Amino acid sequence: MTEVMSHFNYLVVVVLMMIGFYIVISGSNLVKKVVGLSIFQVSVFLLYISMGKIIGGTAPILDDRFTVYSNPLPHVLILTAIVVGVATTALAGALIVRINEAYGSIEEDEIYRQDGDA
Amino acid sequence: MTLFPAVVEAHLAVLLIVVPLIAAPLCSLLRRESLAWIFAAAVSVVCLALAVAILGQVMANGPIAYEMGGWASPWGIEFRIDRLNAFVLVIVSAIAAVVMWYAHGSVRAEIGGDQQPHYYTLYLLCLTGLLGVTATGDAFNLFVFLEISSLSSYVLISLGAGRDRRALTAAFTYLVMGTIGATFYVIGIGLLYMVTGTLNMADLAVRLAPLADNTTVLAGFAFIMVGLSLKLALFPLHLWLPNAYTYAPSAVTAFLAATATKVAVYVLLRFLFTVFGTDYLFEELTLNGFLLPLAVIAMFIPSLVAIFQTNIKRMLAYSSVAQLGYMVLGLSFASITGVTATVIHLFNHAVTKGGLFMALGAVLLRTGGVSLQNMAGLGRQMPLTMAAFVVGGFSLIGVPTTVGFISKWYLILAALEDGRWPIAFLILASSLLAVIYIWRVVEVAYFQPALEGRKIEEAPLSYLIPTWLLIGASLYFGVDATYTLEVAGSAAAHLMGNGG
Amino acid sequence: MTAHDAILLSLSIPLAGAGLIALFGVRPNLRETVTLITAGALFATVATLYPVVTAGELPSVTLFEMLPGLSISFEVEPLGMMFALIASFLWIVTTIYAIGYMRGHHEENQTRFYAFFAIAIAATMGVAFAGNMLTLFIFYEILTLSTFPLVTHAGTDEAKRAGRVYLGILLGTSIGLQLLAMIATWAIAGTLEFQEGGILDGNITGPAVGILLAMYVFGIGKAAVMPFHRWLPAAMVAPTPVSALLHAVAVVKAGVFTVLKVTVYIFGIDFLRNLDVTQWLQIAAAATIVLGSLVAMTKDNLKARLAYSTISQLGYVVLGAMLVTPLAIVGSGMHIAMHAFGKITLFFCAGAIMVASHKSEISQMRGLGRAMPYTMAAFFIGSLSIIGLPPMGGLWSKWYLVLGALDAQQVWLVVVLMLSSVLNIAYLLPIPFRAFFSTPNGDTETAGIKEAPTACLIAIGITSVGCIVLFLFPDAVYNLLQPITGP
Repeated sequence: MTEVMSHFNYLVVVVLMMIGFYIVISGSNLVKKVVGLSIFQVSVFLLYISMGKIIGGTAPILDDRFTVYSNPLPHVLILTAIVVGVATTALAGALIVRINEAYGSIEEDEIYRQDGDA
Repeated sequence: MTLFPAVVEAHLAVLLIVVPLIAAPLCSLLRRESLAWIFAAAVSVVCLALAVAILGQVMANGPIAYEMGGWASPWGIEFRIDRLNAFVLVIVSAIAAVVMWYAHGSVRAEIGGDQQPHYYTLYLLCLTGLLGVTATGDAFNLFVFLEISSLSSYVLISLGAGRDRRALTAAFTYLVMGTIGATFYVIGIGLLYMVTGTLNMADLAVRLAPLADNTTVLAGFAFIMVGLSLKLALFPLHLWLPNAYTYAPSAVTAFLAATATKVAVYVLLRFLFTVFGTDYLFEELTLNGFLLPLAVIAMFIPSLVAIFQTNIKRMLAYSSVAQLGYMVLGLSFASITGVTATVIHLFNHAVTKGGLFMALGAVLLRTGGVSLQNMAGLGRQMPLTMAAFVVGGFSLIGVPTTVGFISKWYLILAALEDGRWPIAFLILASSLLAVIYIWRVVEVAYFQPALEGRKIEEAPLSYLIPTWLLIGASLYFGVDATYTLEVAGSAAAHLMGNGG
Repeated sequence: MTAHDAILLSLSIPLAGAGLIALFGVRPNLRETVTLITAGALFATVATLYPVVTAGELPSVTLFEMLPGLSISFEVEPLGMMFALIASFLWIVTTIYAIGYMRGHHEENQTRFYAFFAIAIAATMGVAFAGNMLTLFIFYEILTLSTFPLVTHAGTDEAKRAGRVYLGILLGTSIGLQLLAMIATWAIAGTLEFQEGGILDGNITGPAVGILLAMYVFGIGKAAVMPFHRWLPAAMVAPTPVSALLHAVAVVKAGVFTVLKVTVYIFGIDFLRNLDVTQWLQIAAAATIVLGSLVAMTKDNLKARLAYSTISQLGYVVLGAMLVTPLAIVGSGMHIAMHAFGKITLFFCAGAIMVASHKSEISQMRGLGRAMPYTMAAFFIGSLSIIGLPPMGGLWSKWYLVLGALDAQQVWLVVVLMLSSVLNIAYLLPIPFRAFFSTPNGDTETAGIKEAPTACLIAIGITSVGCIVLFLFPDAVYNLLQPITGP
């Protein structure tokens, strides 16, 4: 049990990831899909951020008082990944707006039905 | 022989990325579409020249290692270009330059309006991303470039909405699938980083070597494989591709079909052979037991599906999925001949499919559609376009004197060297499926009379010249394949040899 | 003109001709003049190589390297020399014939017809002179593709269906089996050059030899070994000049020629003779001979009957190759020549009948001999040559094939050859006999039918005389071919 608890951050990541993934797959509303996609991505951000953390460590500022630092690199990486994630979400939102204009719906079933007729 | 002054020669690797990256936003400032086109075309030609110069340098002096901003590797981001990615850089930038020529008329006809400068902006961004993915030696940097190219390609595909609204849903589906793929890749990289503490590919390779039994590494490998397979549309993870290619504007389809999946194949090669290494993957994990059947299925099922398509663009899209099966098949042999086959097919399929999609764009322009019925009588009405289509089709089949033949030759040779006769036979049997789907089009185009009262002219030169440039290349390199094979062969040997 | 130039010219003359034909398409007279001049120039060029080859030289040209270690190269050896001579000579004759036929039949798209015809001839020259298997294969495939528009010339649904069968079988066998066999050969021997004594000896043993040889023999679909023969009857929807030159001479002979080349220069006679793997292929060839003849008897359509006759006759050549005795090999080679003249005569006659009387079924041809005496006389000559009776050239090739079979101690094959000759008599000779000696019955009115166009008759005359000349001077062919079996 302690083995699991000491890695609880992974547990959170996995649970979040599965929740996000499930929403992407099962949701038929396009906005919900994007929400799921965001949760999915955020879980990965957490994976990176938590792995850089060292218990008792502090921000990597060179000072005589500190000897233990957290690894800053994953944080920096995730800063980039967040930007990418925001861009993806924004683009997905824009596409949904256009889809709504074109189909008058953002429900996947309805869209497929319309294209089936077309 | 140097193309550029010494200062430029020293910074070729970074210039190749920076030039289109800076040009992209500038391009969106140009309000006139002709200006934007001229600017973007000039940039793409410069990129091609840079890529050719890089290939020249690499062939002459060995791999280039460029440290970004002077930060030493493995801490800083490093661009590392050997024969393999130099070759891919040339393929991508050459296709980009040719398609750019084609884009002018095609974009005006299919996108139109004030969205045209945006097209060129995104095109350059996409090019930046693809070149970056190819050039970089840093695993996380690769993700960033991958997303630059993916995000811009989602938009490029959605630009087809002016003609058919299904482009929007196709782009959305691609976005969801592509993002999942990219995120899987990031997870994999994260897991590898946990174990090794490095993101530099060459450094990763060194540090991973003694960690063969580590489950985290294994999990990381699995995530990376799935993520990349999504990006390269390896069957059965190809579902985004047919719609995306079908509804995107012709110039976008031609460009993406010829470059995007090819770059993903390159990344797969890089990870399999440089980062993880053959000893680990193919001898301990017996990965070929997994890749080989997958590749064979990928050769057959999409080809069978292609036979039943009435939309020719979709038919070619399925054919692309099948062709990716050939590439994965080649690398799954894990031999120099096999990897050579993959690399040469990367090039060969890029020129062939690019040319085919451009020919279809001309059909779309003149007949207003790309379904089988639109092709009726075009053999007479658009002889040059259809001749290009037929030659491209021959190359998909693998008829001698086309590049497709060279690819098949090496694939079969690799299969035979591996003692796999049945596979060799299956490769040929699957080419015969290509005969069927190409011949359906030929029969309609050449034997059915043109629709009543339909007057159709040959496509304009701005379509024909780029189309024939690629189709001509697929003939030229099909007859004289010594140079491309030298590059591909030495790239493969280098990749398999020392893992660097 | 050096031999080197002559080889390159014989490839480029027909290609240039095709270009000029396309250029002058709007002016039929000029276009056909160009075709004739091209054919004449080609034959003259090929003929200059003849003394060089008979002197024992093997002129060769290497164009460039296509794949590392594999070049596009040409080498003229006796077998190819003979094939090129026949094909280029008969092209002249066929052109004369085609002018009469195509005009008499009011065919459309004649420019396309003549242009692709010339390309097909260029491909045939490439096959004949190929210096290695890769070069041969490339021209073999070009030949397939360039004849496709000729087969589907009519553009009807029937032509389209026939085109599918044609292309499906020829591409299917060549890509599915022949290409695989070739790449396997490359992987095993490390070369694809045609060499005296073969390239496989010592590199491969056991049943693999048999499998490889079978892959070649069946993979060369143009040789029409059963069960891959269906394309040939299908190809008969083409205009008769195509059936005559391409599907009785150039294309099918390219097939059996390739079989011979593979036997002699890839495997090597000495290598194969000591193995019994050829047994099964002899049986396949023998079955093709007999079954082809039997099916021919059931056909009422004249061209279909001739097509099955061709399938049967191609079996002779394959059989000779699979016997791998020197006499049988020479007999095979001679049969390429003898059958070419005989069968082209028969096809010319079939076409002439079609143009003059619009009859295509044999049952309608009773009494036709009175209206078309020259045509029917030529048909008789051609039939005799196919059967192998004197005074026609066909006698000699069968003679050597029988000797070869005896040499190999395969007496049952002698029986097969004899049986086939009897069958040939049964399906060929009744046609001219009924034409001359039966009276036309009610629905087959012959009144008002005139002899075929003069251009057709000239062509028929030339090939009929050819059959007789080959009987009188067979040693020219024999002496040319004799060196291929080795010293």
